[in-house]
Amino acid sequence: MYRYDRLDQTLVEERVAQFRDQTRRFLAGELTEDEFRPLRLQNGLYIQRHAPMLRIAVPYGLLSSRQLRTLAALARRYDRGYGHFTTRQNLQLNWPKLEDVPEILAELASVEMHAIQTSGNCIRNITSDHFAGIAPDEIVDPRVLAEILRQWSTLHPEFAYLPRKFKIAINGSVEDRTAVLLHDIGLHVVRDAAGELGLRVVVGGGMGRTPMIGHVIREFLPWREMLTYLEAILRVYNRHGRRDNLYKARIKILVKGLGVEEFARQVESEWETGRTSQGLLTADELERVAAHFPDPPYEALAGDDAHYLARRGSDRAFDRWAQRNVHPHKRHGYAAVTLSLKKTGVAPGDATAEQMEFVADLAERYSFAELRVSHEQNLILADVRQADLHAVWQEATSAGLATPNVGLLTNIVCCPGGDFCSLANAKSIPVAEAIQQRFEDLDYLHDIGALDLNMSGCMNSCGHHHIGHIGILGVDKNGAEWYQVSIGGRQGRDAALGQVIGPSFAAAQMPEVVARLLDAYVGLRHEDELFVDTVHRLGVAPFKERVYAGRELAVAA
Amino acid sequence: MPAGSLPLLPERFIRLTPSGARVERDAWTFVGLQGPPDLGATGRLVVPLANLREARERQGADATIGVWLAPGDDPARLAGDLDHVGVIAIHFPKLTDGRGYSTAASLRRRYGYRGELRAFGDIGRDQLYYLRRCGFCAFSLAPHHDPEAALPSLDTFTVRYQAAIDEPLPLFRRRAEMRA
Repeated sequence: MYRYDRLDQTLVEERVAQFRDQTRRFLAGELTEDEFRPLRLQNGLYIQRHAPMLRIAVPYGLLSSRQLRTLAALARRYDRGYGHFTTRQNLQLNWPKLEDVPEILAELASVEMHAIQTSGNCIRNITSDHFAGIAPDEIVDPRVLAEILRQWSTLHPEFAYLPRKFKIAINGSVEDRTAVLLHDIGLHVVRDAAGELGLRVVVGGGMGRTPMIGHVIREFLPWREMLTYLEAILRVYNRHGRRDNLYKARIKILVKGLGVEEFARQVESEWETGRTSQGLLTADELERVAAHFPDPPYEALAGDDAHYLARRGSDRAFDRWAQRNVHPHKRHGYAAVTLSLKKTGVAPGDATAEQMEFVADLAERYSFAELRVSHEQNLILADVRQADLHAVWQEATSAGLATPNVGLLTNIVCCPGGDFCSLANAKSIPVAEAIQQRFEDLDYLHDIGALDLNMSGCMNSCGHHHIGHIGILGVDKNGAEWYQVSIGGRQGRDAALGQVIGPSFAAAQMPEVVARLLDAYVGLRHEDELFVDTVHRLGVAPFKERVYAGRELAVAA
Repeated sequence: MPAGSLPLLPERFIRLTPSGARVERDAWTFVGLQGPPDLGATGRLVVPLANLREARERQGADATIGVWLAPGDDPARLAGDLDHVGVIAIHFPKLTDGRGYSTAASLRRRYGYRGELRAFGDIGRDQLYYLRRCGFCAFSLAPHHDPEAALPSLDTFTVRYQAAIDEPLPLFRRRAEMRA
């Protein structure tokens, strides 16, 4: 993984010193609340419902065992012994005290971490593929360009006070595991006919109140131009994005307002006149950063491990876990493993300090002391020998991290919701838990097959409900919590936004609503057809009919 | 100024110098920030962009006139006047409105402006570092900020990843020599 040199280290230490002084001045009354707000937000610090929340950056989801141990120690010392992994591959601590935050940031800096720009109206943490570097379908390892983007966006002086937050994702594989189409800027690494490396540039996607699929504004951007072109996009947005209405301030609204062609024309014009040859990326830099992401010292293995395959044949529980939580690897005899943070009864994405230490240890023994955070809020060991999978499974089971539900209904993606977040309209975690309890039968879950259920406690869509095959959105109606259901959303290359099926439901009805959607699916599906594909083939109507049949469910007016 | 209203501009401002920065008394008079501008006022005037031509006619060809831009003003409209203005000032009515950072960068890079570029309005010491990087060389802080105490904030960071107006080379083109 990328290791800081003296310059990278100096920058994060200077950032800590800056925020220590800003916090001191705020507490001394020298800075007003309005003046301090953007400063604390750009260091990841929110003032939440019960206490501050600190969001720590995990650049493109990559962590070392050493870093995860530090996060565990911070969770124990400054939080209540756990942390929450987010859909943007970051970690949130929910109870730190404002006056402790400079010290927390100093401890993060000691392990080459920070909380820079994890919130606020600026360029946020760059996200990428949790299988980067090991995916069989990878074109180029996106971590190299992601790290270059991280450095470019860190403390960018021109784009710290944008109209709204700005999210960038980069994907280097054929399949899209990063939701590129749903970001302010999404980048697909591609090669042209001559084999030259470049980027397909997508702009204006996003979730939130006005969900939109992004638009390609450039099919092939030479890789050297990545930063000059992004600066042109950001400059057009910074100058012309709306600032009069919080809900219309994202770049997607500007792109829609101008039209994609006119927006692209303005970007190209800004780019032509504003770029400099000095801003071009260099082969030396690409090589320097790439040298931080070598293949680990893999063993040369001939093919699939016979012992592993035999175990799968003889042990049904192990086989079920392997089906869902073990993923293909570019090297023979290796696999990636998802450690599930979606056990029933635990808030999705939550991990205790003990679990973090356990995973750090597991990664050290089985996966070259590194791990990744996925945007589905699980942890990934990316480089496990197949021969070790049975041992990893047994150990993970003992720590409650082996729920075999990746890609299934109970692998719910969920924001912290109204239990924690001051923005939320409704609670999300208890609803997720009720659904998980209703569908604990693994045979049934496996029969239903791949199904993404995403839930957000408000329009900000941190739980990405728009792209859930089933999406649930918490809404407030006259002070009461209701839940709106959409179906047919999808992530990946064919990303689609879900359609709302009708009036909202009370929390207690949600397991039954999901059960009726699944009943409808089971009755309507073709063989081997996923839930989401049945929805796309038949439309929302038959599902809606089943859910609202008889009207015995309480629905909001 | 009506009694009781806050002054929009402080009497002293920060100016970058070849050797660092210092605090100076402001010799300019800004007009048109509240109500219509008095273009016949005496002194060295900084006028709204829309009034620049008229002010020049009123004040005579020899007068030095400055111009100030609101956040939404297009710097392209100044392209033909860059050699004739004494100062370009960019207003930050709210510190979270960051349009002025891009306006400044464009004036420097795209239009080649080399004269005084001043930031004024709702800015404090915590904005100075980024403002400087975007090409500003003079800063009128919100009046409740002490400009002397703010000077160290111009140099908060010694490591700059990106190219900007103050540093045309991105760090990746300087890393080898900086590490040496």
